[in-house]
Amino acid sequence: MIKQDAVWLMTLAGVGLVALAFVYVISQSGKPADPAQVQKSAYAIRRWWFLVLAVFGIGVTYASLRPFPIANQHAPSRTAQIVTVVGHQWFWDLTPNQVRAGTPVEFDVTSVDVNHGFAIYGPNDRIVTQTQAMPGYTNRLVYTFTQPGKYRVLCLEYCGLAHHGMMTEFEVVAAREDQT
Amino acid sequence: MNAVHPQSEVLGRNERRVLNLYVISVLVVFLLMMLFGLAMRMAQGTWLSVRPDVFYQLMTAHGAGMVGTVGLASSAVMWFFLRKYVALRLSIFVANYVLFLLGAAAILAAVFIGGYAGAWTFLYPLPVHSMGIWSMNAAALFMLGYLLIGVGFLLFYLDAMLAIIRVYGNLGRALGLPWLFRGQIDKSHPTTVVASAMVVITNSLGVLAGAVVLVMCLINVYFPAMPLDALLVKNLIYFFGHMFINASIYMAVIAVYELMPRYSGRPWTVSRPFLWGWAASTVMVLIVYPHHLMMDYVMPHWMLVMGQVISYTSGLPVFVVTAYGALTNVHRSGMRWSMPASLLMLSMFGWAAGIVPAIIDGTISVNEVMHNTQWVPGHFHFYLLLGVLPMVLALMFHLIGTRNAAAAGGAGLSFAAYLIGGLTFVGAFLAAGHVSVPRRYAAHLPQWVPYDRIGSIGAILVIAAMLSFTVYIVAGLLRSPANAGPARTAG
Repeated sequence: MIKQDAVWLMTLAGVGLVALAFVYVISQSGKPADPAQVQKSAYAIRRWWFLVLAVFGIGVTYASLRPFPIANQHAPSRTAQIVTVVGHQWFWDLTPNQVRAGTPVEFDVTSVDVNHGFAIYGPNDRIVTQTQAMPGYTNRLVYTFTQPGKYRVLCLEYCGLAHHGMMTEFEVVAAREDQT
Repeated sequence: MNAVHPQSEVLGRNERRVLNLYVISVLVVFLLMMLFGLAMRMAQGTWLSVRPDVFYQLMTAHGAGMVGTVGLASSAVMWFFLRKYVALRLSIFVANYVLFLLGAAAILAAVFIGGYAGAWTFLYPLPVHSMGIWSMNAAALFMLGYLLIGVGFLLFYLDAMLAIIRVYGNLGRALGLPWLFRGQIDKSHPTTVVASAMVVITNSLGVLAGAVVLVMCLINVYFPAMPLDALLVKNLIYFFGHMFINASIYMAVIAVYELMPRYSGRPWTVSRPFLWGWAASTVMVLIVYPHHLMMDYVMPHWMLVMGQVISYTSGLPVFVVTAYGALTNVHRSGMRWSMPASLLMLSMFGWAAGIVPAIIDGTISVNEVMHNTQWVPGHFHFYLLLGVLPMVLALMFHLIGTRNAAAAGGAGLSFAAYLIGGLTFVGAFLAAGHVSVPRRYAAHLPQWVPYDRIGSIGAILVIAAMLSFTVYIVAGLLRSPANAGPARTAG
């Protein structure tokens, strides 16, 4: 399952749970009960509810940050494949524009004019990763492609009149046999 | 007068006139901005032909207009209830309105006469680097409009701050900080004062940060030899923008604390968890903004981790204190489901449900695939359209009481249209974000068009409902003084 599908399912489940709680309370609202008793039970449940959310949050935080999802920006580069990316109003400059699957690729992303968003779309038209292209700074994005094919780059930070046309392509070729 | 419309909330003639101006103005602007939004969705869905330059102008006006108007509407909610507890100056409330109008006029002129289309976020250096699409003067006029609006809000907050300090001694006491760890909590301490104290602390800082960055950008417009650091500007803009929109939610939610108990017949008083929730939110809203900068990898990584962690913890007061508190207040209460009550309940659902996709997107590794897709307008429209706007509308329907009898029956259908349309509209955005459709694109690829069309249908339903709400509310407001609805005694 790709990340977007997992996020979609989690969102549907979360929104669904919230909706269920509201539907339940609305359906019970016409049956008056002693407020003190309702409050007492609700507060008792709230402690557990808080605890469950806190433990869940701590678990997700730990799991989602190990390993840290962003490449070290200061250490010397250790990747063999480096692509220089420069955003312009309204085109991308990628050098080189072919990389190999199976080994990490470092994209050094910057801009010569305004802020752009460097988003890589896979052959299935879903985003695989992204970073910002910002004037005066270089963001280092490291990603290992697993699937060969044509990848598209779209701008995801609004940059003016032709923002929606700021697209390019690059190719990911299959990993060498000694790497697979 | 009765428990639903207490004597302490009666408006003097001038107060009533000013509040009517606020209410009618925000309803009209909301409708206009919704039409701009619909035009954009229909253009993306190829149902309407809109040139890219016009699309981005509409997008800029829609963003700035909606954020500003939500702020103005929410400030009216805070003013209406806070004036019961502290002495607010009507002249300052009027000044906020006048400065807003002047600012809005400047923004509209910059966009539709000057052609400015640098988005409501005015991310440097786009306003001064349009490739000849708009002039430097248009960019400056847009920023000047923001400054005028910001000055109005700052005046309102400073007046509220002064008034709160006069009654409660200091803002810490108004927030209930002395009761966080020990002591008998004074149950009569108003929830409105707690929320207002939080807002005046945080959004004064937010507006000041906005003023600083606007002045920096304005200087740069005319003295380009003084370049700005794009990352610093981005930090200041998101600190300001995040704070401003969140302060709007915190001002509007006062309507829930004040009105829900009147319709459920049960009190909603301060408690230790409530005070902890607001105290924690005061700190968290100040430091959570780096979650907007997760894709700026050169940011200090500890700040991005903080953005993620605080995004998660910020949800706790909403889920555990406010939404849960509302459910507890309503559960088996014998609630009368009038329009204000229904809107209040919808607002709690919209806020609580809408922050689910927002919090998930606050995870760095999720943000890598969701940032600046339509997932983002999906979640913020969820808690603004189905959360904050119903809070504001609830107060408006409460204000007209039974003055407009037609509102009691006919508005029920509009409520259903608003709910179904709103869910369809935000659902289309979220579904599109799930398949990586970018936000802020004037033209869409063919495979994205079905989402745009479904979103457009949802938007049409919402606008029809909003139009009907506006007619009921304006007609009600312009009638003679309230003939208040039947009471339920709280407590």
